[in-house]
Amino acid sequence: MRARNYFVGAAFALLAGGMAHSALAQDIKIGEINSYSLLPAFTEPYRKGWQLAVEEINAAGGINGKKLVVISKDDGGKPADAQTAANELVSSEGVAMLAGTFLSNIGLAVSDFANQKKVFFLAAEPLTDAITWSKGNKYTFRLRPSNYMQAAMLVEAAAKLPAKRWATIAPNYEYGQSAVAVFKKLMSEKRPDIQWVDEQWPPQGKIDAGPVVQAVAAANPEAILNVTFGADLVKLVREGNTRGLFKGREVVSFLTGEPEYLDPLKDETPEGWIVTGYPWYSIKTPEHDAFLKAYQAKYNDYPRLGSIVGYQTIKSAAAILAKAGSTDPEKLIAAAEGLSMPSPFGEITFRKIDHQSTLGAYVGKTALKDGKGVMVDSSYKKGADYLPSDAEVAKLRPKD
Amino acid sequence: MAFYVVQFLTGLASAASLFLVASGLSIIFGVTRIVNFAHGAFYMIGAYIAFTLTERLSGAFGFWGSIVLAALAVAMIGVIVEMVLLRRIYHAPELFQLLATFGLTLMVEDLVVLIWGPDDLVGRRAPGFRGAIDFFGQNIPSYDLFLIVLGPVVLGILWLLFQRTRWGVLVRAATQDRDMVAALGVNQKWLFTSVFAVGVFLAALGGALQIPRDAVHHAMDLRIIVEVFVVVVIGGLGSIVGAFVAAVLVSELNAFGILIFPKISIILVFLVMAVVLIVRPWGLFGKPEAAARKTPGLTVNPWRPLTSNERLAAVAALVVAAMLPLFAGNYLLTVGSEIAIFVIFAVSLHFLMSVGGLASFGHAAYFGLGAYGIAFLAKMAGLPMIVCLLLGPLLGCMGAAVFGFFAVQLSGVYFAMLTLAFAQIVWSIAFQWVSVTGGDNGILGLWPSSWAASPSHFYWLALGVAALVTVALRAMVFSPFGYALRATRDSLLRSEAVGINAKRIQWTAFVIAGTTAGIGGALFAYLKGSVFPDNLGISLSVDALVMVLLGGVETVSGAVIGAIVYKALNIWLVSQTDLSKLVLGGFIMLIVVVFPKGIVGMLEMLAQRRRKSSPPGSPLLAKPIESAE
Amino acid sequence: MSATPPLLAVEGLTKSYGGIHAVRGVSFSLRAGEILALIGPNGAGKSTCFDMLNGQNKPDSGHVRLLGEEITGRKPREVWRLGVGRTFQITATFATMTVRENVQVALISHEKQLYNLWGSAPKFDRGEAGRLLELVGMGGYADRPCGELAYGDLKRLELAVALANQPKLLLMDEPTAGMAPRERVDLMRLTASIAREKSIGVLFTEHDMDVVFEHADRIIVLNRGTLIAEGSPAEVRGNPQVQAVYLGEGLVYDARHREGTSA
Repeated sequence: MRARNYFVGAAFALLAGGMAHSALAQDIKIGEINSYSLLPAFTEPYRKGWQLAVEEINAAGGINGKKLVVISKDDGGKPADAQTAANELVSSEGVAMLAGTFLSNIGLAVSDFANQKKVFFLAAEPLTDAITWSKGNKYTFRLRPSNYMQAAMLVEAAAKLPAKRWATIAPNYEYGQSAVAVFKKLMSEKRPDIQWVDEQWPPQGKIDAGPVVQAVAAANPEAILNVTFGADLVKLVREGNTRGLFKGREVVSFLTGEPEYLDPLKDETPEGWIVTGYPWYSIKTPEHDAFLKAYQAKYNDYPRLGSIVGYQTIKSAAAILAKAGSTDPEKLIAAAEGLSMPSPFGEITFRKIDHQSTLGAYVGKTALKDGKGVMVDSSYKKGADYLPSDAEVAKLRPKD
Repeated sequence: MAFYVVQFLTGLASAASLFLVASGLSIIFGVTRIVNFAHGAFYMIGAYIAFTLTERLSGAFGFWGSIVLAALAVAMIGVIVEMVLLRRIYHAPELFQLLATFGLTLMVEDLVVLIWGPDDLVGRRAPGFRGAIDFFGQNIPSYDLFLIVLGPVVLGILWLLFQRTRWGVLVRAATQDRDMVAALGVNQKWLFTSVFAVGVFLAALGGALQIPRDAVHHAMDLRIIVEVFVVVVIGGLGSIVGAFVAAVLVSELNAFGILIFPKISIILVFLVMAVVLIVRPWGLFGKPEAAARKTPGLTVNPWRPLTSNERLAAVAALVVAAMLPLFAGNYLLTVGSEIAIFVIFAVSLHFLMSVGGLASFGHAAYFGLGAYGIAFLAKMAGLPMIVCLLLGPLLGCMGAAVFGFFAVQLSGVYFAMLTLAFAQIVWSIAFQWVSVTGGDNGILGLWPSSWAASPSHFYWLALGVAALVTVALRAMVFSPFGYALRATRDSLLRSEAVGINAKRIQWTAFVIAGTTAGIGGALFAYLKGSVFPDNLGISLSVDALVMVLLGGVETVSGAVIGAIVYKALNIWLVSQTDLSKLVLGGFIMLIVVVFPKGIVGMLEMLAQRRRKSSPPGSPLLAKPIESAE
Repeated sequence: MSATPPLLAVEGLTKSYGGIHAVRGVSFSLRAGEILALIGPNGAGKSTCFDMLNGQNKPDSGHVRLLGEEITGRKPREVWRLGVGRTFQITATFATMTVRENVQVALISHEKQLYNLWGSAPKFDRGEAGRLLELVGMGGYADRPCGELAYGDLKRLELAVALANQPKLLLMDEPTAGMAPRERVDLMRLTASIAREKSIGVLFTEHDMDVVFEHADRIIVLNRGTLIAEGSPAEVRGNPQVQAVYLGEGLVYDARHREGTSA
């Protein structure tokens, strides 16, 4: 069924070509870019999320009476292709703003493009701190809680652990390196007594999990920080379980509680890891209930974190467009700075100081339930509580 | 001590499946001379099918039966691919089969997502091999022990197959001397098909056996294929024992490398491969390749400079291209600039590949170095654009001078693999040395100066440089140097016997090609305003190969057309559909079967036929198109 | 012996492969303008010997001197620069280039223009290339792709290429192998006349005894790696050792596979 839909979709997209976006001049267009073909596991739920948002917005009368149209492009996981897509969206389609992206490098590439071409860009998923801080620019805003924020949330829990000997496992590229660096820095501030006994840097996507697990075990840490995800995480967990690496050791892990990463582990989910994530099954707030109901009704599937991000990206974009009452980039920036809006996780604000949203994340522990991995004892951490002081942020960010 | 033993055993376990896949690739290459790029894809399908079967069939018998069934099913797919696709193109120029299998790989990557969905799949553990065995306080997964035993067992079975059966004798004979087997009256078709089936079976088995340790996902193929190439080349193409030893070597390097150099483990493997190739150019267990009896796949249609009419047509085409800004919008102009830059990139590889006979699998290294050259000069030294454009490509030039020196000592597939190793080393440095290169987050903010900032100005700049580069390289083909280079390609023996220092000529060509690619990379950096490790990655190198082969490797400047068609199609498809790989892969396979000489090669052939059947002096069909160059 | 050293002087040339002596202590010399044939049954070491003269192969010991200059172990391209042209038993030409271009490559190399990136190669020494091709009777084939040529024509082309650097010495390994009898005679006549006219020394190996006895000024005979006879055609013909070797070996072509292992 799924396969057939894809085929039909592809054939339609090809045949329809330029006609596919039958947008009228008075419609408001958002250009959306993501790594659909490279990372379908994350971008499919994300797409469903934003499609739901578009439907809801238009059902409620659009943006200031105008219909919202999202034109979506694939970047194939390549920054250069993302820029080509951005260019097409801005130059040919005349979109009011750009949104989306998953990978940090692509987020940065589009952000730099936006800065150069003076286009408003709402980065959805990239985690890198650089996008709002060291390489931040006035045209770029970011929705998802950053690397720093997630690290800070985890440190809060990790610092309470008695463990003194820590090891780290992180993919050897910018994301892994900066996640470890931030975690170490914040952790050492809170716990000057801890020691870092080993670090492993498997190449991203190519972890040789057995030797890595052995090497970490040999250093005999009391606790482990994990930054790997996706297929690397699966291999690490499988080897770690078999070889008893996690037995009697605390593990703190970035993102592992997100259904995208947790669900594939099935009955091999390790128990008791402290993780950031999205326990959609145990969130009982009216905002989230409404979202969950609508999502399940439309797709007959449960949401992943990507669904939330996709949904909220377009909702946020719509809120910004509605407040600005214009598609002029300068007016959009003015409207977005400091703007608060509801989200399935409660109210969020786009900070004026660094254009980071205060969307938070859930921190909890992994557990096994009916042969599936879940997050338990989770609580929502508001993004605003895990950001450095304004003075520090001002130092991190270049002057516009 | 126990720790090192266990680490060693862990390495052996990883070696097992690497060996399975590599031995398959090695056998296929040995007999058919096909560099099977789709080998990773077969590995991946093996894992997917095994996943489906193991989820449905229960019990120990169900599990192991599923593994074997999956491998057999994929072997059948392999047979179909061989019969329908590869059989038609065995006589196409060398490496054309690589293009076909590359197209297949692209399609498979999209197809598995369509069939099995986008999520990572985690399969069952092997019945009876779930736990671990205690070894002086260290745990060894029992499945690892199973794999450790399996590797030598498969090696033994293959050895018996090759030593004790008539089929095996034929395969060995064909590996040593293909022409002889053909002369012996063996049914070569079925020999090739059966060899391909066995090779694919081994790949699929390797994939299926990953189920209990790995996640099954749609990028598995790329993860394994490069590593497998490395193993096969270190071991020696066509050597099963070599594949085994090299698989162990590479796996142990990974296992112990992370203890000593935790941050550079991926570079380590490529460094070792480069060293092996420099010291033993045909791999540890390979044999020096017998000199080809005839220059394979090269046309007897001699090259000649353009006639004045053709020159006029070329100039006219350039003028038309230069008028694009009069009616096209910014987006089209940017696409035009990108295509022009890829024309530069493609003709630079074409020069090395067609004129020099050296097919580089790592040409993107020099493109990317040119781009990084710009980034360093502009961001760190703060030099103006025009200076950067002149100096940036020098980084590509220097890289080509250093790597080229070693690479030209080899030829054929070994040359290709050494260039690949060098490119991977450069890529790894760019990707992992975050403090200098910014890692995968790249270097941003490299926008052109105001004189070139507008899309039309930049387009003219890119088009002008592309035209200049194409003309210059074409002139070089018909220069004394170009003749000397072609001479070294056609016959090393003869060229040395007429006083030509072949290696130095080829090295010079390598540096010229690298510098030219660097020029393309420099412009690309300004077009995109940023530089990323992607700019020197494998997929870009493969793109360049595809463009050259698509245009026609036997032509003087077919790469121009190849680049335009491939890049335009690529950009359009990526913009129109998420399934661009499926469509593009299908298109490539179609081209391969329909135009085995490439697009321009095909047009030239048509033109030649027409010339022969029509009075002399009639206009040539191919030429106006070729001269769009 | 005259005061000036001979064109080619070979002294004690020795080469063995894994204990088997392919060539053992071979010495001979060659004067300018002289045509010297090197004969011997298959596997006698002719090709090995030949390859050591122009640097294709390195001797274990012994000396090769060209006009008194030591060239032992020099690379083929260096030997060529000193004025030694060579043809191969199995022709080696630039298959995708035209006949004229093949000669032009040699001329380009001779005039040290190999690294000239901007000149026009099609116009390079076109006249000289034409003359060389006329000389070997290939004038009418100049624009033909080399890959289309008949075997005999390839041999002629090789001769033209070998003559491009105005050599002092020509080394021709089986120049007439694979040619029709009529062609053989033509080619060797041509070679002889060019050699005499330009005073080029020629060393050739040959299976066809008619060709050898008709054209060689002198003959040296190799058997199992050692020189067993040397002299004028008449002397060699009458040499009982030579007769024994040839008769004892039976037909000249009887041992093809042995050639593969020892030569």
